[in-house]
Amino acid sequence: MTYLLKGETGDWEVVIGLEVHAQVLTNSKLFSGASAAFGAAPNSQVSPVDAGMPGMLPVINKECVTKAVLTGLGLNAKINNVSVFERKNYFYPDLPQGYQISQYQHPIVGNGEIEIDLADGTVKKIGVERLHLEQDAGKSLHDQHPQKSFVDLNRSGNPLMEIVSKPDMRSPEEAGAYVTKLRAIVRYLGTCDGNMDEGSMRCDVNVSVRKPGAELGTRCEIKNVNSVRFVQQAIEYEARRQIEVIEGGGKIVQETRLFDTKQGTTRSMRSKEDAHDYRYFPDPDLLPLVVNDNTIAEIKKTMPELPDAKKHRFIKDLGLSVQDASVLVQERDRAIFFEKAAQGHDAKLVANWLTTELLGALNKAEKELKDSPIKAADLGALVGLISDNTISGRIAKEVFAEMFATGKSPGMIVEEKGLKQVTDTGAIEKVVAEVLAENPDKVAEFKGGKDKLFGFFVGAVMKKSGGKANPGIVNDLLKKKLEQ
Amino acid sequence: MTKLTDLTIAGALDGLRKKEFTAVEIVDAHIKGAEAARHLNCFITETFDSAREQAKAADERYAKGVALPLDGIPIAMKDLFCTEGVQTTAASRILEGFKPPYESTVSGNLKKDGTISLGKANLDEFAMGSSNTTSGYGNVINPWKRKGDNKDLVPGGSSGGSAAAVSARMAMGATGTDTGGSIRQPAAFCGIAGIKPTYGRCSRFGIVAFASSLDQAGPFARNTEDCALLLKSMAGWDPKDSTSVNTPVPDYTAQLNAGVKGLKIGVPKEYRVEGTNPEIIAMWDKGVQMLKDAGAEIVNVSLPHTAYALQTYYVIAPAECSSNLARYDGVRFGKRVEGDNLIDTYENTRAAGFGKEVRRRILIGTYVLSAGYYDAYYNKARKVRKLIWQDFVEAYKKCDVLLTPTAPTPAFAIGENTQDPVTMYLNDIFTIPASMAGMPGMALPIGLSNDGLPLGLQLIGKPFDEETIFRVAQSLEKAAAFTAVPQNIVGKAA
Amino acid sequence: MSIDKNTVTKIARLARIKVTEDEKEVLSRELGSILKMIEELDRVNTDGVEPMTSVVQMQLFEREDVITDGEIQEKILSNAPEATAGFFVVPKVVE
Repeated sequence: MTYLLKGETGDWEVVIGLEVHAQVLTNSKLFSGASAAFGAAPNSQVSPVDAGMPGMLPVINKECVTKAVLTGLGLNAKINNVSVFERKNYFYPDLPQGYQISQYQHPIVGNGEIEIDLADGTVKKIGVERLHLEQDAGKSLHDQHPQKSFVDLNRSGNPLMEIVSKPDMRSPEEAGAYVTKLRAIVRYLGTCDGNMDEGSMRCDVNVSVRKPGAELGTRCEIKNVNSVRFVQQAIEYEARRQIEVIEGGGKIVQETRLFDTKQGTTRSMRSKEDAHDYRYFPDPDLLPLVVNDNTIAEIKKTMPELPDAKKHRFIKDLGLSVQDASVLVQERDRAIFFEKAAQGHDAKLVANWLTTELLGALNKAEKELKDSPIKAADLGALVGLISDNTISGRIAKEVFAEMFATGKSPGMIVEEKGLKQVTDTGAIEKVVAEVLAENPDKVAEFKGGKDKLFGFFVGAVMKKSGGKANPGIVNDLLKKKLEQ
Repeated sequence: MTKLTDLTIAGALDGLRKKEFTAVEIVDAHIKGAEAARHLNCFITETFDSAREQAKAADERYAKGVALPLDGIPIAMKDLFCTEGVQTTAASRILEGFKPPYESTVSGNLKKDGTISLGKANLDEFAMGSSNTTSGYGNVINPWKRKGDNKDLVPGGSSGGSAAAVSARMAMGATGTDTGGSIRQPAAFCGIAGIKPTYGRCSRFGIVAFASSLDQAGPFARNTEDCALLLKSMAGWDPKDSTSVNTPVPDYTAQLNAGVKGLKIGVPKEYRVEGTNPEIIAMWDKGVQMLKDAGAEIVNVSLPHTAYALQTYYVIAPAECSSNLARYDGVRFGKRVEGDNLIDTYENTRAAGFGKEVRRRILIGTYVLSAGYYDAYYNKARKVRKLIWQDFVEAYKKCDVLLTPTAPTPAFAIGENTQDPVTMYLNDIFTIPASMAGMPGMALPIGLSNDGLPLGLQLIGKPFDEETIFRVAQSLEKAAAFTAVPQNIVGKAA
Repeated sequence: MSIDKNTVTKIARLARIKVTEDEKEVLSRELGSILKMIEELDRVNTDGVEPMTSVVQMQLFEREDVITDGEIQEKILSNAPEATAGFFVVPKVVE
C-alpha cells in the first residue's frame, strides 16, 4: 500500500534518499595514527596530521580499506578496483586542513542494494548508489560562550564510510527500515558499531514531494539526524512543510536544513555565502587506491553470514516463523545466542522461549543480551527438559524465573526443587483414582453431562501431584477413567 | 693550510678524521663568517649556540672513533623544513613564532648523520619565487657582484638564503627545495652545485608544502662530490610520506669518477630559446664540447612540449598551493588578526600574513579549480603534463642524460625583472619541464660571464638515476675547473 | 579571458583573503596577464590523453591499524593563538 499524504489539492507522494555516515570500526584514524575512539579529553587524540599542521601528510589505514570493501560486499555492491581520493575545499574551524580528504568521481564502492523488511511482511529492495571513504571533521562547541566557539579536533580525521542510497524510499517506515537494516549489516560485518547516540552513524535525509506520477520535486537535505525515530519524524514534518509551501503557491528552495529534536521540526541553516564551490581535485599527497580482485576475494572469504541470509536459513532449514526469524537476526549477538541455544534442541521452541520469555525478561530488567543471567546453553537445556518430558511447560516457566534470578542451570534447579515431572502412568493413575474417589458427586454430575467439570478434575490431580504430573497423561487417564 | 671555510665537505671529513682540526674549530669559523656577513640576510633564525654544542659532541665522537658519516659539517637549513622546537616560518609573517612540535624527515636524517645546522635559511615566501625578494623577512643578497657595479644582485629563488650561504662560505652545504627550479636556479645564480632529485626520492614529511606533486628536497654544495654525500643522507623511503618511493638509496659517490665514455648526452633543441643570454648559449655549447672531449656521445633530441611547461606549471602549482595554504587561518598556529566574526578573522589574518606573490598564486589557483573552469585549466594542464612526461620517456630511449642551460640569464639586480609577474616566471623556463615530469635535475657552475657572474648548466637524468647525473657532473666539473669565488666571501679582507 | 573586479571579489572570498578596492584593480590586471599566459595551453592537442596527477609509479602504501600518535594535547595546543581548557578558541561561528 503506497504511503500518501493528503494535501488540499490531492494526494502527495514522498521521495526519500538517505546519506548515511558510518564511522569505520578501527583503532586509528583514516590517514593518521591517532586513536579513533569516542569520548576522550579534548584534543588528546590528535596527531599533527589531524591538526593540519605545516608539512603534515596523510597515510592511509589498511583496515579502513578492508572494512569499506567488506561493507560494499555486504551491500551486494560493485567494488571498484581503482578509486581516487579528492580534496573537498572549504573553510571551517573544525576542518583544520581547510579541506576534507574524500572521494568524489571515483569512489571505492559502486552500485549495490539493501532489502528492507516492512511491517506488513513485504520485502522491498532499496538501491545503493555508492560508498566512499572520507575524513570526519572535528567538533565545535558554540554554546559555551557568547562570542567564542571552542574547537576539539579529536574527531578530525576519523574514518567515515559515506553510504548514499538511491531515492527509492517512499515513506518514513521505509526510511526507518533502511537505516535499521543498514545498521544490522555493518554491525554483523564488524565494520561499524552503529552507535547512533555516540554519533558513529549519522543520517542526512533528502526529502522531496510530488503528485503521484509527476516529475521529481526539489529536495531539501536535513543534516545529521541521529536516530531512526528522528529520521521518521523529520521526514513526516518536512514532507508536510513542503506540501504546505507548494499548495500555498510557493516554491521549494533547495537548501540544507536541521532537525530540531525537541520541537520535531526542521529549520533552514542560515549560511552567509552562496552555494559552496568545493573545487574538488585529486589529492596530490596520495596515489590512486588499488584493490585487486584477489584482495577482494580474500576479504569475501572472511564475511560472516549476513542477516537476510541467516533469516532465510532459519525459516527454511529450522522451520522458524518469519516473525521469530526477523526478531532473531535483528542483532548479530542475538542470532548467535539463538544458534548456540538451539544446538541439539527444538529450534522453534528455543526461538519461542528466546523471543518471548528471555527478551521480555531482559527488557524488564533493563539488561542487554550480553549481560543475560541465562546463558545460551542453559536456555537450550531448559527447552531440552521440556522436549524430553522431564518437566511440563508450566513448570518450565518457574524454572526459567529461577534461572534468571540466580543464573543456575535448569538441571540443577529441577533437582534442588524436585520439580521433575511425573510421567509414571501407574503413579498418576493412583492419583486420578484418589481424586475420583474423593469426589463422587462431581463424577456423577460429569457423567450426567456437565463437561466443564473435566477441568476441575485435571486441576485436582495436578494439585495432588504438586503440579508435577504430566498434563498429557493426566488428561488421557481421566478421560479413560471417566468413560468407564 | 686551506682556510676552514674554504674546505669541501669531503675535505673537512678527511681532515677531521685525521685530527688536523676539530669540529668546534670548523663550526666557529663558519659562525664568525655568518656573523660578519649578516648583511646578506641569509638566515631568518640563527642557531649558533646549539651549533656550538653539537660541534663539541661531534668532537667527542671523533675522539672515541665513533664519528657519524657527516659529523661536524656545518650546513644551512632552508626555513621550509620543520625543525622541532626551532622557529619555522617558510619566510612568511603568517608563521612568525611558529615552533613545530615535530621534525621533518630530511632534516632529521641529516641530523642523525651528524651535520650541524647553523640556522634556518631565508627563502621566497612559501617557496614561491625565483629571486628571494618575496620573503617576509627581507631580501637575500647574492654574494656575487657585477664587475665594477655595486648593485645588489638576487641570489635566485626560492632557496636564495641556502644558496647564498654556501656560495659565501658561511656553510659547507645547505638544504633546499625545488618545485619549479628553486634549487637549480639559485645554484646557477650563486655559482654552486645543487640537485633536485627524482620526485619521491626524498621525503616531504615535515616540509611546508607548496605544490605537493612537484616539491622535492635536495642539497646545495660547492661541488658534485659534496652534493652526492649530502643527498645520500637526505634520501630514502619514508612511510610517513605516501608519495615517497620505496627504492634503495645507492652510495652516490661510488660511481662518481667512472667518467663519461660510452654515455649518451642528449641536447634538446627546444631549450634553444630566443631571448636567452648569448653567453649562456655559448656556455652550453662549451659544455657539450667538454663532454665530447671526455668521450661521451652527443645526441640531438627533441622534447616537443617544452614550450608549454611554464603554462602547465602555473596552473598546477598555484592550484595545489591554494589548497595547501588553506590551513593558514589563524586558528591553531601562526599569526591571527582578529575580526568582527570568524570569516572576518580569516580574511584579515590571511591578508596580513601572506605577501603579494603568495596571494597572487592562491587566487589564480582558486580560480583554475573553481566551478566551470576545472576542465578548461586544471584538467587541461594535467593532460599536457602527461605529454611533457612522455617527451622525457621518449628522449631517454636515445640518451642517458640531457644537457641544458639552467637559467636564461645570470643573476640580475634586485628591482630588475619585477614589474610583471609573468616576466619573473620566465626565469624558470629551463628548470620547470624536469619538475613537471618528476625527473632529477642538477645545476653546476661552468664559467663566468663577461660581467664576472657565474654561469652554469643543467643535467637532467632518468628517474632514480642520480648516479649517472653525478658521474657526468663530475666530468664536467673537472673539465670546467671553476675556481672563481664571489666578492662577498667570508674570511676575505673587507 | 580577463578577470574582472567582480571575479576577483568572488575568488578572494573563496580564498578567505581580504582585498581592498585598489588591490582589486591591480589584481585584476596581474591575474589577467597570468591567465593570458596559461591560455596558451589551448594550442596543445590533448585528445585521448589521460590527465596525470602523480609522476609516482607505485602502489599506495597502506599502514597497519595501530595507534601510533596522539596523547600530545600540550604539543597540539602549543602554537595556538588562543586556547582554553584543552580547546582551540575562535570567534563565534554564525550558524
